[in-house]
Amino acid sequence: MPDVVTSVPSEGDGERWSDMLTAVAESRDRAAFAELFDHFAPRVKSFMMRLGVVDARAEELAQEAMLTVWRKANLFDPCRASAGTWIFTIARNLRVDQLRQERRPEIEPDDPLLTSPPGPLPDERLDIQRREDSVRRAMAALSVDQAEVVRLSFYEDTPHSEIAARLKIPLGTVKSRLRLAMKRIGSLLGDQE
Amino acid sequence: MSAGICHHPTQEMLLSYGAGSLDEASALLVASHLSLCADCRAIVDRVEVIGGGLLEALPPAALTPGALSVVMDRLEETSPVLPSAPRQSRASTAFPSALRHYIPNGIDRLPWKRVGRGIEQVTLVENGPVRARLQRVAAGITMPAHTHDGSEMTLVLQGGFLDGGVDYGPGDVATADGSVNHTPSADKVDGCLCLAVTTAPLRLTGRFTRLLNPFLDL
Repeated sequence: MPDVVTSVPSEGDGERWSDMLTAVAESRDRAAFAELFDHFAPRVKSFMMRLGVVDARAEELAQEAMLTVWRKANLFDPCRASAGTWIFTIARNLRVDQLRQERRPEIEPDDPLLTSPPGPLPDERLDIQRREDSVRRAMAALSVDQAEVVRLSFYEDTPHSEIAARLKIPLGTVKSRLRLAMKRIGSLLGDQE
Repeated sequence: MSAGICHHPTQEMLLSYGAGSLDEASALLVASHLSLCADCRAIVDRVEVIGGGLLEALPPAALTPGALSVVMDRLEETSPVLPSAPRQSRASTAFPSALRHYIPNGIDRLPWKRVGRGIEQVTLVENGPVRARLQRVAAGITMPAHTHDGSEMTLVLQGGFLDGGVDYGPGDVATADGSVNHTPSADKVDGCLCLAVTTAPLRLTGRFTRLLNPFLDL
């Protein structure tokens, strides 16, 4: 299956979806939900199919994901993530629950050990889309080889031996490519060494 | 850098965790480290943003006709999830929240098993050959020399240990693979409580202790 090049979404789109999601959270807005469904359900289904799920089951999971979007919309925080990123985490968690049949250990919001406030400051709402765009631009700036192993990490279970087998390269090469890719993304985003 | 933490999970582990491709035992260790480390949380946030970008860029798959109305009809049967109220503090709240589910009644009520002098352990997650377990090592105790067929990640929860001249303290993650033959020793004052994830059984390599391999549940 050919992989798609990650496109940097056009400006403004992301904020529109976040506004729709906020409308679902605040006023149970069914029209806004229908728009979110039309955009995201076919993509979640596509994501599930890439994970090797057959068509009918992938559709069930996409519907399940969108019902979760409706149910959990009030937990969506537009200062922390865009709608697309938040819906990705819902699809990812469904993959762990339903496909791997495992629990997904996560930090709970009331964790007493959290060393800093869990999110950006309130006035950063407008910044979120810009910050996300810069991460995706960094991803788009990776070499073809690096981008490929990062992308496959989303579709193949760890250990990375499945990726190594698929690309016919040694496991060590997969790991070092991943490490370099993550480092490059970090330096493009201005991380301190 | 987060206060005091010098050793982190590898970038590949953080990527796999954010992507959702990590097994439960390893994910438990990574999520526990995240409670303690703002830097790694930022990296996982970044991975989720990449995931959102991948999702947006996927070619939409055709849905069966009427899928939307099927889901719209089901909206009323689902009630909104309310944010969970902060919990009362309990014995286990001193631990990263990801661990709560696995130690609901605090660590002293767990079925600890003694596996050597001053060394106790209890398995929290077992998935094929991959295991996450808590290990409690008494102050100053040195683990018998061992190596790994697979890899081992160890997150310090309390106390610390010294391995190959490197100190590991609370929040630190030590990563070892088959090339490492080591004899970590627990902190001389506080001992060590840690969460260890192994992808294959440990192998004792000492001249005498290796005879014990078939008998110990390592």
